[in-house]
Amino acid sequence: MTPHMLTRSLDRGATIFLLVVAALGVLIPLFNLLLPAGSFLQVPTYLVALWGKYVCYAILALSIDLIWGYCGILSLGHGAFFALGGYAMGMYLMRQIGTRGVYGNPILPDFMVFLNWQKLPWYWYGFDMFWFAALMVLFVPGLLAFCFGWLAFRSRVTGVYLSIITQAMTYALLLAFFRNDFGFGGNNGLTDFKDILGFNVQAEGTRAALFALSCLALIIGFLICRAIVSSKLGKVLIAVRDAESRTRFLGYRVESYKLFVFTVSACMAGVAGALYVPQVGIINPSEFAPGNSIEAVIWVAVGGRGTLVGAALGAVVVNYAKTFFTSGMLAPYWLFMLGALFILVTLLLPKGIVGTFNAWWDQSKEKRTAASAASAAAEDGVTEPKMAE
Amino acid sequence: MPTKLSARFCSFVLSLFLIAFALPAFAGPFEDAVAKFANDDFSDTEEAVGVIASSGNKLAFPIISALQDGRLMADPDSKKVYVTGTDGKSIDAATGEAVASVPDSASAVRLNNRLRRSVDAALGSLTLQSPDVGTRLQAAQSVFKSHEETALEAVDAALAKESNKSVKTALGEARAAILLFKSDATEVEKLEAVATLKARGDQEAMALLTGMGDQPPSVTKAAASAISSIQSSLAVWSTVQNAWYGLSLGSVLLLAAIGLAITFGVMGVINMAHGEMVMIGAYTTFVVQEVIRTRYPGLFDYSLLIAVPLAFVVAGAIGVLIERSIIRFLYGRPLETLLATWGLSLVLQQAVRTMFGPTNREVGNPSWMSGAFELGQITITYNRLWILCFTLAVFAILLAMLRYSAIGLEMRAVTQNRRMAASMGIATSRVDALTFGLGSGIAGIAGVALSQIDNVSPNLGQSYIIDSFMVVVFGGVGNLWGTLVGAFTLGIANKFLEPVAGAVLGKIAILVLIILFIQKRPRGLFALKGRAVEA
Amino acid sequence: MNVMDTRATSAMLYLDGVHVSFDGFHAINNLSLTLEPGEMRAIIGPNGAGKTTMMDIITGKTKPDEGTVLFDGVTDLTRLDETRIAELGIGRKFQKPTVFESQTVQDNLLLALNVDHSVRGTLFWRGSKAESERIDKVLETIRLTEARNRLAGSLSHGQKQWLEIGMLLAQDPKLLLVDEPVAGMTDVETHLTAELLKEINKTHTVMVVEHDMTFVRELGVKVTCLHEGTVLAEGTIDQVSSNERVIEVYLGR
Repeated sequence: MTPHMLTRSLDRGATIFLLVVAALGVLIPLFNLLLPAGSFLQVPTYLVALWGKYVCYAILALSIDLIWGYCGILSLGHGAFFALGGYAMGMYLMRQIGTRGVYGNPILPDFMVFLNWQKLPWYWYGFDMFWFAALMVLFVPGLLAFCFGWLAFRSRVTGVYLSIITQAMTYALLLAFFRNDFGFGGNNGLTDFKDILGFNVQAEGTRAALFALSCLALIIGFLICRAIVSSKLGKVLIAVRDAESRTRFLGYRVESYKLFVFTVSACMAGVAGALYVPQVGIINPSEFAPGNSIEAVIWVAVGGRGTLVGAALGAVVVNYAKTFFTSGMLAPYWLFMLGALFILVTLLLPKGIVGTFNAWWDQSKEKRTAASAASAAAEDGVTEPKMAE
Repeated sequence: MPTKLSARFCSFVLSLFLIAFALPAFAGPFEDAVAKFANDDFSDTEEAVGVIASSGNKLAFPIISALQDGRLMADPDSKKVYVTGTDGKSIDAATGEAVASVPDSASAVRLNNRLRRSVDAALGSLTLQSPDVGTRLQAAQSVFKSHEETALEAVDAALAKESNKSVKTALGEARAAILLFKSDATEVEKLEAVATLKARGDQEAMALLTGMGDQPPSVTKAAASAISSIQSSLAVWSTVQNAWYGLSLGSVLLLAAIGLAITFGVMGVINMAHGEMVMIGAYTTFVVQEVIRTRYPGLFDYSLLIAVPLAFVVAGAIGVLIERSIIRFLYGRPLETLLATWGLSLVLQQAVRTMFGPTNREVGNPSWMSGAFELGQITITYNRLWILCFTLAVFAILLAMLRYSAIGLEMRAVTQNRRMAASMGIATSRVDALTFGLGSGIAGIAGVALSQIDNVSPNLGQSYIIDSFMVVVFGGVGNLWGTLVGAFTLGIANKFLEPVAGAVLGKIAILVLIILFIQKRPRGLFALKGRAVEA
Repeated sequence: MNVMDTRATSAMLYLDGVHVSFDGFHAINNLSLTLEPGEMRAIIGPNGAGKTTMMDIITGKTKPDEGTVLFDGVTDLTRLDETRIAELGIGRKFQKPTVFESQTVQDNLLLALNVDHSVRGTLFWRGSKAESERIDKVLETIRLTEARNRLAGSLSHGQKQWLEIGMLLAQDPKLLLVDEPVAGMTDVETHLTAELLKEINKTHTVMVVEHDMTFVRELGVKVTCLHEGTVLAEGTIDQVSSNERVIEVYLGR
C-alpha cells in the first residue's frame, strides 16, 4: 500500500502544471530578451512584469490553499504575511539605494531623512545584506504565523472565529504600517528602488530573471505543498479539516499540525511577497488591507479549493480578468464582476474550476471503464467508484 | 424670557437716550474722538477707541468693528471719517448718515499690534451689553480670554445691569481675570479673583493662574492651592469625559453590532455585507432628506423619524432578498457564506457608488440633534446623546421582541433546535428569512443614526464591519447582553487608551487585546456552555 | 475507605463523585462507576441521562466540576486533554458515526493506527509491512476488505459504524468507549456487531452505551442504568430490567 503514495505524489495534472510553469519560466524571458522588438513572438517587458506579478499571486494562492483546502483553516489575513515578506525585501532594496536617494544620505532611506531621523532604527540593521533580508523574508512572516497560530490553535479558535481574528490581525498591521513613526515609510511605503544584488531593477534582463525566479519559486512551492499533502501528514490535515475533534480522539495533537502547516504557508506567502516587490517596484500599507486577503481566497475558490493546481490557476485567471477589465471601458463594473464571482463560485461552483473538472473527468473515466467491462455490474444504475491500484 | 425682554427694554431706553442727547449735540466728545482717527497717529487712534468704546453711542460698534477689519476710512484733509459697510455702502462715522461715496483721498485707518489688542478689548466690552444673551456671554468670555485692563469699566458697567445668571458668572470671571493681571489691583481684589477662578475650575482658569506673573506672596500661595485643586478636579472631569466618549463610542459600536448579533450571534450566519446594510440605512436617510429638502422643507426636523422606519424596511427587505437568494443555499457552510457575502458587499458598495457617486453625501442634523450643552467641565453634544438613547431603545425593543412576541419565540425555537421546531409546525425557512431580515433592518436603522456622525459614503459600512464582529465575538456569540457589555467595554477601553497611546495605537492595542482575549475565552465573555454548543 | 482505594488502583476506569453542570443544568450528578480490566459494561438510560456527557468526561472533552476520574488506577484524566487521553489508550466511537468521509477506508484505518502521531513522524512516514498487515487484518474483521479503496463517505450507515469500530481496533486502546454502535443497523448487522464486540472484549476493556435492549441482552454483560446523571441501578440485565425505578423512568411498563 505504500507505493501509491509516491506515484500519487505527482499525478498527471501536477506534471502538466509543472511542465507548463517551467516552460513559461524559460520561454517568456527568452522571447523577451532574444527576439527583436516588434517581432511576432516578442514578449514586451511590461508583460513580463505583469505575468511575474501573477506568478507571485499564484504562490500566495498555493499557500492559502495549503491551509484552507487541506486543513480547513480559512485565513483572511494571508495578505499580511505576503506584505511582510514584501516589506523585508523592500527594506533590502531601500538600503541598496544608498546615496542615490533624493537626500543622498548613504545610510538613511529618504523618508527617514524627511522625518528628521538621526539614525537608523535597530530593526533596519542587517537589511543591507541580501542574505539577511532573504532570511527575514521567511523568518518574519513565519514568526508572526507561529506566534499567532500558537495562541489561536492552542485555545481552539476555529472556523469563522479564526477567519475574523486573522482579518483583525491584518487590519491592525495595516493601521500600524500607516504610521510614520513605525519606521516603514508610512503611507507611501517603500519605493524608488534602484537595484537588487547589483542589477538595475528596471532593466529588462533583471525583470526577465525575476520572472524566471518567480516561476522557479512557484515550482518549488508547489513541490513542497505536494510533498506535504501527499504524505501521511497530508491525510491527517484532511482529517482535521473534515472532523477535527475525531482526529483529536485518535491521539493526534491537532494544534501542532495546524501550527506547522500555518507557519509553512506563511513563509510561502512571505516569499511570494518578496518576489512581488522588486517586480512592481513598490510596497505600501495597502497590501495589508483585509480586502486583499479575501480576494486571494477567492482565487483559490475559483481555481478549486483543495487542488493545488487549481489554486495557482485561479490566481492567474482572476488576476488576468482583473487586468483585462480594469484597464478598459468596463472598469467601473469590475467590482460588480468580482463580487458576483464570489457569490457565483460559492453557490454554483463550490469545487472550483479544477475540482469540477476532476470530478467530471473521474466520472467519465468510470463510465468508460464500466462500458468497456463486459459485465457491467451496475446495481440500481449506480456505479460504484473503484480505484485501480 | 424676562431677561430678554428687559434687555430689549434697556436697549430701547438706551437708543431713546442716544437719539435725545448724542445726535443733536454736534460737537460732543464722541465726534471729537471720531475726528482723531483722521490724524493717522497710533496714540490718537488708541485714545479715540477708548472714548468711543465708552461713549455708549450706537455707532461705536460699527466704527470699531470697521476699524478692526480695515473698513474705517479717514480723510486727512477734511478730517472726516467714514465707515465702509461690508455691502459697499458707506456712512459718515460721526453722524451715521449715509454718504454717496468716500472721497479718494481717504485711506484706511492703520493699526499696529498693540492697537489691535485694545480694539479687540473695546469690541468685547461693546458687545457686553448687547440685547442678545448669547452675544453677551460670548463677549464676556472673550474679555476673560484677553483680560485687557481697558475692559474693566465696561465689565463693571455690564455687571451692574446684568440679570442673566450665567452671563453674570461669566462677567464675574472676566472681571477676576482682569483684576488678576491688573498691576494696581489690591491684594484683596486679587485674592477674590483667585477664588473666582478656582470656582471656574477649568483649563483656561488654570492657564491664567499659572501665567499671572509676579504677585504678592499671599496671592501666589492662594493661586498655588487653587491650581492644585483645579488640577485634581480636572483629572476627575477628564475621566468623566473619557467615560462619556467611551459610552458614546460604545453606543455606536453596539448600534453597528446589534444587527450582527442577530444574524451572526443568533443564526450563526456570518454576513460580511452587514456593514453595507448600515450603509444602505445611511443612504436611505440621505434620500429622505433630499426629498424633504426639495419638496417639504418644513419637515426637515422630522427627517430622521421618517428615515428610521424606512431604513428598517429597505435594509430588511434587501436582507430577506439576500437570505432567499444566497444565504439559504449556504447554511452549514460558514466559510462559504463568508466569501459569498463579502462578494455581495462589493456589489452593494459598487451599486451605491454608481447610483450616488463615490464621494461623501451631505446628511444634515435636524435642529434637535445639533448643538451641545455643558455638564460641569464636559461638553455633551446632542447627537451623541440621542444616539446613545436611541441605541439603548433599539436594544430594549429587540430584546422585548425576541422574548415576548410570537415571531421572537419562533426565532428562538428555530435557532435552538431547527428540526424540533420544524416538526412542531414552524416554517423554519420563513423564520430564517425573517430573522435575517430583522438583523439587516436593524443594521439599516443603525445607518440612520450613524449618518448623523459619520461620512455617508459607499465605504461607510466597511469601517464598521471588523469592529462589529469584534464586539459580537468579544461579547459572546448568541448572547445579546454580551453584545451590549462587549460594545461598551470596548468603547470605554478604547477611549481610555487613546490619550495614553494615541488613537491609532489605541485601536491596534484593542485589536491585539481582543485577539489575546479570544485565546483565553474562545467563546467570548458570556459563552454558552454545554454539549450542544460544540456540535 | 481502604477497600475503595484498593479497588481504585486495580480498576481500569474509576469514576467517583463526578459532577458537571451546564449553566445550572446538572448533566452529571454524583456519578460513581468502576470498570475492571477486561470487563465489558453496557450503559443504558433515557435520553439526557448523561451517557454521552460521561464519555465526554472520560475522553477529556468536558472537564468535570468536581470528582475523581482515574484511568488504569493511577492516571487522573481530568487534567489531560483529548489527545493525551487517546495516547494513553482510550478509544472512542461516537454516537453519530464519525469517519473521515473524504478519505478511503484504508486511509481511515491508517490514520487510526497507534503509531507515531507527531508532526515529524507523519511528515516522514513510510509504511511498514507490519502496518499494512494490521490494516488488512482489521479490514477482514470489520468485513470491509472489498471496500478498502472506497471513500468512507460512500459507505452505508452500518458500514460506517463498523469502520469506526475498525478504527478503534486499529487504535488498539486499552479501553474502548462505544456509543450506540448498532443505531440504524439491521437485525443481522446488530447480531454481527454483538459478536464483534464480544470478540474485541477478549483482549480489551469495553464500555458500550446502547438503547437496543435485545443487543444489550445478547452481549450478556453487567449493565448500568443511568438517570439524571447518576447511577440508578447496576447488575445483570435481568436484575436491572426488573428494577422498579428503571422500569418507571426508562423501560416503561
